[in-house]
Amino acid sequence: MQRAPTRSPTQPLDAEEMATRIPRSGHRGGGSSPPHREWIIASDVTAINGVIEGVVALCSGAGFSARHCRFNIPVALTEALSNAIIRGNGNDVARCVRVRSQIELAARDRTAGSSGIFATLVVEVTDEGDGFDLATAGSRPDAADWLEREDGRGVFLMQALMDRVECTRGAGAPGNTVRLVLHRT
Amino acid sequence: MSFLVVKGADALVVEVDGQLVVTNRQEFKQVVLDEVEQGARSIVVDFARSAYIDSSGLGALVSLGKRIRESGGDLRLAGLNEDLRTLFELTRLDALFPLYATRADALADATAGR
Repeated sequence: MQRAPTRSPTQPLDAEEMATRIPRSGHRGGGSSPPHREWIIASDVTAINGVIEGVVALCSGAGFSARHCRFNIPVALTEALSNAIIRGNGNDVARCVRVRSQIELAARDRTAGSSGIFATLVVEVTDEGDGFDLATAGSRPDAADWLEREDGRGVFLMQALMDRVECTRGAGAPGNTVRLVLHRT
Repeated sequence: MSFLVVKGADALVVEVDGQLVVTNRQEFKQVVLDEVEQGARSIVVDFARSAYIDSSGLGALVSLGKRIRESGGDLRLAGLNEDLRTLFELTRLDALFPLYATRADALADATAGR
C-alpha cells in the first residue's frame, strides 16, 4: 500500500487523494457481481463511524438480521478498525487503513433439501504497520487478570461476534490484514 | 454521542446517549472522574439510550469501577438492552458490575444500601 503524505486528519484532501480515499461501492465486473464497498481512511478513530455505517447499510440491504446489523457488525468492525489504527498504524495519521467489504453469495445445496442462497459478509481491514500476531494480541476470559484489565478484550469480542476471524501479514511488505467473516442467518 | 450528568440525592446518574466506544471513552472517563473528585461515590451509568459498547468502552468502565471502589463508592450499570447484556456476559463483566434493568431499579438499590 502506498504511504500517504503526513497531514492532520482534519486537513482537506487534494484531488488526487480524494480519488483514492472516498468510499467506493458497486459491482465488480458487471451486474452479476456481489455488492461491495471499499474505503481508505487516515489513522484517525473518528473515521470509524462512517465505515461502520456503510458496511451496515451493505448488510441490511443483503438481508442480514437486525441484531447482526445493530450489534455484531458495529462492535466487531469497531474493534478491527481501532486495532488497525491504534495498534497497527500506531495512530500515525500519515498511515492509512484500507477496508474492503463484500457480500459473497453462494447457492445452497439443493440435494440437502434446502433452497435459496447463502450470503456471507467478508470484511478485510488492512493497516500499514509492522504487523502483530492476532493470537497473542488479546487476552481470554480464563486469564487470571481478565476482569481487572482495562484493555485486551478486542480480539476476543471479534471472535465472539463473527463466524470467523483471520489475520495475515503482507508478503514482503508492512501491514496486517484482519479478515472478518459473518454468515447471514 | 453525548453524556448527561444528573445529580440526585442518593446517587449520581450518567446517561450515555449513543455508543461508548474508542472515540469517546476518554471524555466519558473524565466526566465521571471529575464527579468522583468532587465527592460522588454512588454512581449509576444509564445505557437505556445506548446502542453498543466496544472493548475500549468496557475498559473505561473497568477502570472507573476500580477507581470508584478504591474511593469507597460503587458503580452500577442500568438500562442495558439484550445486546449489551450479551456483551457483559460474554466478557464476564456481569460478575464485576451490578446490572439493573432500569435506572429506577439501580437507584432503589443505591438508596437501600445507604
